[in-house]
Amino acid sequence: MSDAILRSPLHDQHVALGATLVPFAGWEMPVRYTSDIAEHTAVRTGAGLFDLSHMGEIAIRGEDAGAFLDFALVGRLSALALAGAKYTMLCTPDGGVIDDLIVYRRDHDHFVIVANASNKDVVVEELAARVEGFDATVEDESAQIALIAVQGPLAEGIVARMCTRGDDDIHAMKYYSTANVLLQGDIHAFVARTGYTGEDGFELFVGADEAAAVWALALAEGAADGIVPCGLSSRDTLRLEAGMPLYGQELTRETTPFDAGLGRIAVFGTAAKPRGDFVGREALLKAKVEGPDRVLVGLVGDGRRAARTGYAVLDEAGAAVGEVTSGAPSPTLGRPIAMAYVPASLAEPGTVVGIDVRGRREDMTVTALPFYSRAS
Amino acid sequence: MSNVPDELAYSAEHEWVSGEPDAGAEVTVGITEHAAQALGDIVYVEAPRVGDTVVAGEVCGELESTKAVSELYSPVSGTVTAVNESLEASPETVGSDAYGDGWIFKVELTETATDLLDAEAYAATIA
Repeated sequence: MSDAILRSPLHDQHVALGATLVPFAGWEMPVRYTSDIAEHTAVRTGAGLFDLSHMGEIAIRGEDAGAFLDFALVGRLSALALAGAKYTMLCTPDGGVIDDLIVYRRDHDHFVIVANASNKDVVVEELAARVEGFDATVEDESAQIALIAVQGPLAEGIVARMCTRGDDDIHAMKYYSTANVLLQGDIHAFVARTGYTGEDGFELFVGADEAAAVWALALAEGAADGIVPCGLSSRDTLRLEAGMPLYGQELTRETTPFDAGLGRIAVFGTAAKPRGDFVGREALLKAKVEGPDRVLVGLVGDGRRAARTGYAVLDEAGAAVGEVTSGAPSPTLGRPIAMAYVPASLAEPGTVVGIDVRGRREDMTVTALPFYSRAS
Repeated sequence: MSNVPDELAYSAEHEWVSGEPDAGAEVTVGITEHAAQALGDIVYVEAPRVGDTVVAGEVCGELESTKAVSELYSPVSGTVTAVNESLEASPETVGSDAYGDGWIFKVELTETATDLLDAEAYAATIA
């Protein structure tokens, strides 16, 4: 693997928009275009446009594609409906999280996995190692695919207007489903009603060579709705308010899905709906039965100083008993919010804990996740 | 490219100083436009308090943005004589008017500052 910094097919567009570009998982990506808060607020109240071309796209094809994913991942993907989408994870045999993924079913024998940029190569390697014996192939298609997201309450109208064929499908799509549409004449797009913002929204998979045209189209069709290009900084505060985990912070190889409160995605099967062996099964079943000894909780502060990743959670006596995984001043709530691992004894909503904020204690209150839910 | 006014002096930690930084004089301190842009939207400024002693090159407060937190260093040594109270309600002014209404505190110097950079030298550090 080369150490060269990777650039999105939309790099020139970002530069022209005056984006601040930063290194991110081996890529140079926009952290913001103008203002983190303005970008965050646009997604909560209107629409935001994200370049997610750094994300990995991995195609699984073959008669055994579903059976292979059932073995390789913690979910039962063979049961996923055609055109459906599912949040799942790739775990180690010990039950540790290698990456969290969204899997899309494009056909009975064709799935697409979206992986975090930082983990993409590892995910491809792990899947390739696990595919032996299955009639299935694992192909890294990341370089050929650009991923562009339109997120926010006005996203549906904008994406429908971008379609020359399939706009009815956009209006009819349920959350976590997909459709194939044509954009601006004859640009093929695979569209998923998914996202990482806590809002309604769509993710558009298009050929890398057509990314610029699709980006321009989204800005043009979204102009009347005030669409705003959004960078990684707003993406992070949006997902944090929505209580969504981020790999490397809430999820690591040292955490199981149960630690993160996401044990439901591990499917062990029932008598009526049996499931065979999968990587991590034994360890995850043990984790389920024993229950986690630490719990991922939401924290809200009354002060102004925000807890940040890595800060210690303190008990009443001031002893470090947990760790903050993500934290920021919430643009929507106007207060500091955080996610943290704490002992089960401190996980009850309403419990007050201390955070060591650069040597000074700030109190925060345990609260149910998410911090923000859209009106449905 | 951010603005670096000629008439100000600068610290390597991205603070600006307005006024002659001589012992006994009072100067005004803020952060540079470059520093404010790097932080993003500033949502909280913890400045030193009036009467506090500050030391050149040492931490005297912090700046919190949605993206990150950054320490505020004093570019000079002396006693704090005023703080910008309007930043309590409008911390974003530090970003929107870094060299004007976004000033952070004033200091009466106990010793003449010798480590400050002129505009040209500071601009070279951020080029």
